[in-house]
Amino acid sequence: MHDMTGTKTTRAIGIIALLVTAWVVISAFFITPADQVQGDSVRIMYAHVPTAWIAYLAFITTAIASGFSLARRHRTLGFDRVAGASAEVGVLFMALTLITGSLWGRLTWGTFWQWDPRLTTTLFLFVTYVGYLAVRRIDGDPRQRARRSSVIALLAVLEIPLVHFSVVLWRSLHQEASVLNPDGDVRLDGLMLFTLFSGVVAFTLIFAWLVIHRQRLMALADLDRVVGLDAAISARRAEGIGSAAT
Amino acid sequence: MNVIAVIAKKDLLIEWRTRTLMARVVPFALLVLVMFAVALDSEPLLLRAAAGLVWLALLFSTMLVVQRSFDVETQDGVLDTLLACANPSRVFFGKATALFVQLFALGVVLVVGAVVLYGVAISGDRVVLLVTVVVSATGGLAVVGTLYGAVVANLIGRDSLLPLLVLPVLAPLLIAASRSTEAAFGSNTIDVANGWAWVGVLVVYAVVFGSAGALAFAPLTESDA
Repeated sequence: MHDMTGTKTTRAIGIIALLVTAWVVISAFFITPADQVQGDSVRIMYAHVPTAWIAYLAFITTAIASGFSLARRHRTLGFDRVAGASAEVGVLFMALTLITGSLWGRLTWGTFWQWDPRLTTTLFLFVTYVGYLAVRRIDGDPRQRARRSSVIALLAVLEIPLVHFSVVLWRSLHQEASVLNPDGDVRLDGLMLFTLFSGVVAFTLIFAWLVIHRQRLMALADLDRVVGLDAAISARRAEGIGSAAT
Repeated sequence: MNVIAVIAKKDLLIEWRTRTLMARVVPFALLVLVMFAVALDSEPLLLRAAAGLVWLALLFSTMLVVQRSFDVETQDGVLDTLLACANPSRVFFGKATALFVQLFALGVVLVVGAVVLYGVAISGDRVVLLVTVVVSATGGLAVVGTLYGAVVANLIGRDSLLPLLVLPVLAPLLIAASRSTEAAFGSNTIDVANGWAWVGVLVVYAVVFGSAGALAFAPLTESDA
């Protein structure tokens, strides 16, 4: 089974993730009540809030793995792969957050976008990690790439609070254009809260499943590059010996 | 002589002899100001937006100056030689100092451009605020530019990567510099006291990224080969 990235653990995670997701879908669409103010559109929340949570979890994972990758002398590439895999999943989930969020915003605030501090920070966070992935895509010495991308990921940890702080200060000095407060007007009852919590659990499991597989795939790709190089070298050597003999 | 000063002097001497800034970046920056005026096509709107436009033009120009600053280093492995002789954080501050001088000069040109082209009036008592803003904001621009210049140095496609990486990081600087310059331009949206509060943000920003850059420069420029 060396050519697969799955193991017993990942299969268990996958199955539990599917079951929890199925429950969330059923509960979100059929069991939980519609909101008094927002009606059925409140159901977007069960996807929107967990995706945002996962995106932040992913970027925290990337930052921690990058810190280890930069600080340690051994296994730096292993930590770097976890950082990269987690950032990929994070960008995906942040895109989902922005999409579900603007759809929900259109329904409840009447507009796709608001220059609210949380939204603005999220957008900058998204673009920052798109840039991070762009740097990772460039071929080159893997150790140097690991150092470069680790530095970018750690700088993002500095950047995001500064972005958030300055946007909060900026918006508070200006008159708010919209009357609608983006902080939830939704009152959650027990079942709604439980469904939301289940959504977070389901998405966290999906996140773990994706990251484990992705970083194993990256490890295999790295291995393939080394094996391919060795094979090419020995093939050339064989050629040399062959031509010398004739 | 101090290593930082030597490196800064070297970069400025290269600039002085090649005149890249004067021949290309200054005309580009002024062209951006003109293009904004054409695009907005309204004098009251321009006056209101002048502060933000000046800083946007400076941000775009920074991309060009930073590229230039690292292109001269990556040829013939100059950076490796430099790092063999000096502490990486000093090399960082040396290059950042040279960048600061160039960007400050460019900032002054742009502010004069805003006065001439957009009709911005700067009253005497606001000059101190304006100078402090330009100094602290270009300081932040210089350290962030040098830091990310080192991140993309040697990479294929660095000219398009640099703006993608740097502009989101510069968002707080753009907000703070634009707001405090609005106060200095007296565009009635922000009073002078708030302008000074934004200067505080600019100083914190420059200090945070200056320290980060000094720390990060060694792992960024280290090579295994």
